[in-house]
Amino acid sequence: MAKITIDGKQLEVDNKLTIIQVALEHGIAIPHFCWHPRLSVAGNCRICLVEVEKFPKLVIACATQVTDGMVVKTNSPKVVNAREAVMEFLLINHPLDCPICDEAGECKLQDYAYKFSEGVSRFDFEKVRKPKRVELGPNVMLDVERCIMCSRCVRFCDEIAKKPQLVFIQRADHVELTTFPGENLDHPYSMNTIDLCPVGALTSRDFRFKARVWEMSSTDTVCPGCARGCNMKMWVRNNEVLRLTPRYNPEVNDYWMCDYGRLNTFKYVNAENRIKAPLIRKEGVLANQTDSGLVEVGWDEAIAKVASELKSFDEDEIAGLCSAFATNEDNYLFVKLMNMLGVKNIAFLQHLIEGDEDDILIRADKTPNNRGVREVGLTSSINGSGWEIILRRIDEGTIKALYVIDDDPGADPRVAETLARLDFFVVHASNENDTTKLADVVLSSSTYAEKHGTFTNFQGRVQRIRPAVTTAEQDRALDGFAMSRLDKFGAHNDRWMQGPKCDARPTWRILTCVANALGAKWKHNTVEDVFNEIAATTESFKGMSYMKLGLRGMLLKTKVEVVAAPIHA
Amino acid sequence: MSSNQHPKIIHKKDLTFWQKLYIPEILRGLRLTLAQIFRPKFTRQYPEERWKPPASFRGRPVLVEENGVERCVACGLCARVCPALAIEVQGSETELWKERYPVKFEINMLRCIFCGFCEEVCPEEAIVMSDEYELTFTSQEEGIFGKDKLLMPAVKLKDRLEFLRQHR
Repeated sequence: MAKITIDGKQLEVDNKLTIIQVALEHGIAIPHFCWHPRLSVAGNCRICLVEVEKFPKLVIACATQVTDGMVVKTNSPKVVNAREAVMEFLLINHPLDCPICDEAGECKLQDYAYKFSEGVSRFDFEKVRKPKRVELGPNVMLDVERCIMCSRCVRFCDEIAKKPQLVFIQRADHVELTTFPGENLDHPYSMNTIDLCPVGALTSRDFRFKARVWEMSSTDTVCPGCARGCNMKMWVRNNEVLRLTPRYNPEVNDYWMCDYGRLNTFKYVNAENRIKAPLIRKEGVLANQTDSGLVEVGWDEAIAKVASELKSFDEDEIAGLCSAFATNEDNYLFVKLMNMLGVKNIAFLQHLIEGDEDDILIRADKTPNNRGVREVGLTSSINGSGWEIILRRIDEGTIKALYVIDDDPGADPRVAETLARLDFFVVHASNENDTTKLADVVLSSSTYAEKHGTFTNFQGRVQRIRPAVTTAEQDRALDGFAMSRLDKFGAHNDRWMQGPKCDARPTWRILTCVANALGAKWKHNTVEDVFNEIAATTESFKGMSYMKLGLRGMLLKTKVEVVAAPIHA
Repeated sequence: MSSNQHPKIIHKKDLTFWQKLYIPEILRGLRLTLAQIFRPKFTRQYPEERWKPPASFRGRPVLVEENGVERCVACGLCARVCPALAIEVQGSETELWKERYPVKFEINMLRCIFCGFCEEVCPEEAIVMSDEYELTFTSQEEGIFGKDKLLMPAVKLKDRLEFLRQHR
């Protein structure tokens, strides 16, 4: 331990830490570009210079370990002067094209220029010109002029992603960031370099020029791309998801997120093939290549149809398929509904891609809630019957009706053939897929971006998802969504308030409606009611509530490993 | 309340004898009216005769067009600064040197309050207040001006651009 003084504050700290770490821990902000808590110390940006008593010169806070009796000043006139000088140097060759730059609004250099710079340059010469549009890899674009050579991206690739693909070449003001000869920046974590980049040098090719950062609202949610459940922010403008960025959670994903999750888990939310209202297959409407043969109907009609059909079958003739893509609450209510009907044939599908995993973030299990489905009660009701057995019984003709939530079993042509034999087939789905083509009733369900709920990741960590996109029944202001300035001050007839909306309901709500149509008296007004019921009835969720889960989630109480249902990818 | 119970009584000024006669007062008024005929005119024969505002006038905002393309780089600062939220910009990538251009640029003229903040904030001198002041719509949709109505060649805006440069 070391006793040190920073800006007059006396602290007793671990002497293995550096000044910047100690300062940040105690709420003293020291500006930094190249330093990052998870990367090695480079010490090349020089903006973190601080004054230490009895040291002849200013020292960089990121590379100086604290020692006993150290007296640090982070705002003395000497330091302020030095920062101004560093900013002036950095801005010598940095283009002043903030209006064009995508980073504007979340740029460290821009922020520090306002805070620590004089706002005047004494440099009268032409700035050095470098290439503006370099495709570093499939997802990342580089503007060499804007680079301030902090080397965060280089260190990230070397140290975290373990794929050394980036390097600096040349010297002095000719320095250029580039990939090694014959290499591309194409590792599965390449887009983290975009978040790390303190300026607008590295930008996302997907999000490039789509929106200014201040036009969007951001919602704290969880990625459904794999069993890791990386914490992330969802950025929305005009009810459209535009990008996803990682959110810090030391227990799950730290500061990072994979490119797959970032690019592929939001596009279906506003895709063309969204199911915009409940659909029913009606007599006389024929399916053909262009038309699925399904007719849009109101919620009451669709739910009444499901209830009356379910009533007409014996309990042994019905089977249910939970989903590891749906939330804990959805699966809990689904199992509850099946139990109410006396259905014993319940299963769920696993979506494993063997080998597609690493020891950083990516998991082979491509569902966000595999663990959760097994926790919320499926095991007790599985009764020995797995998905393969259900399929065999459908082939035999003993199971005549199937209820599927938020999954796509029909993607397998062999299974689709079997499903076509069903007398009654009801599906909850957000997008058109191979399964909805076979269904008799399709209930349009909300995607993870449109509902509250919880996922349980592979570690057994229960984490909340929050809605960022509104459906027809929701209101951004009244339902407590994150709001951008335009959302706050726009009127209903403004064109930026008229983004696409689907008449979808979250699966838990549809299930409540179906159960009540069958005569149950479920009183779940909000999804929180459902979660509280889970917490009250399920041992491993004891003591949890939405409030306690907060932004980081909570671990399940028990860690019982349950034998997995038969695998089907 | 006591003041309500005793309202203040205002006495009108009593008319003089000459005023009570009526006719002399009418003649006095007519003289004043007729005298206007011989003074210089202030009215003009609108719409045949139109007023050309000075360069300092803030007419409807327009986008400056140069060499067939808008100067605008879709930075969105005008949309951000607009106190009436009248402007909507959607940028996209272009092969031109400026990298980004507005694929959609709309000003809701029913919301616009002609404050000129957009012009002031623009880093590219791409949106300026023109000298056009005639705005009529028959529906709300018509009040939303797209790029087709907003683009105006720089030569037509010479006076305003010159004025802005002088008073920067």
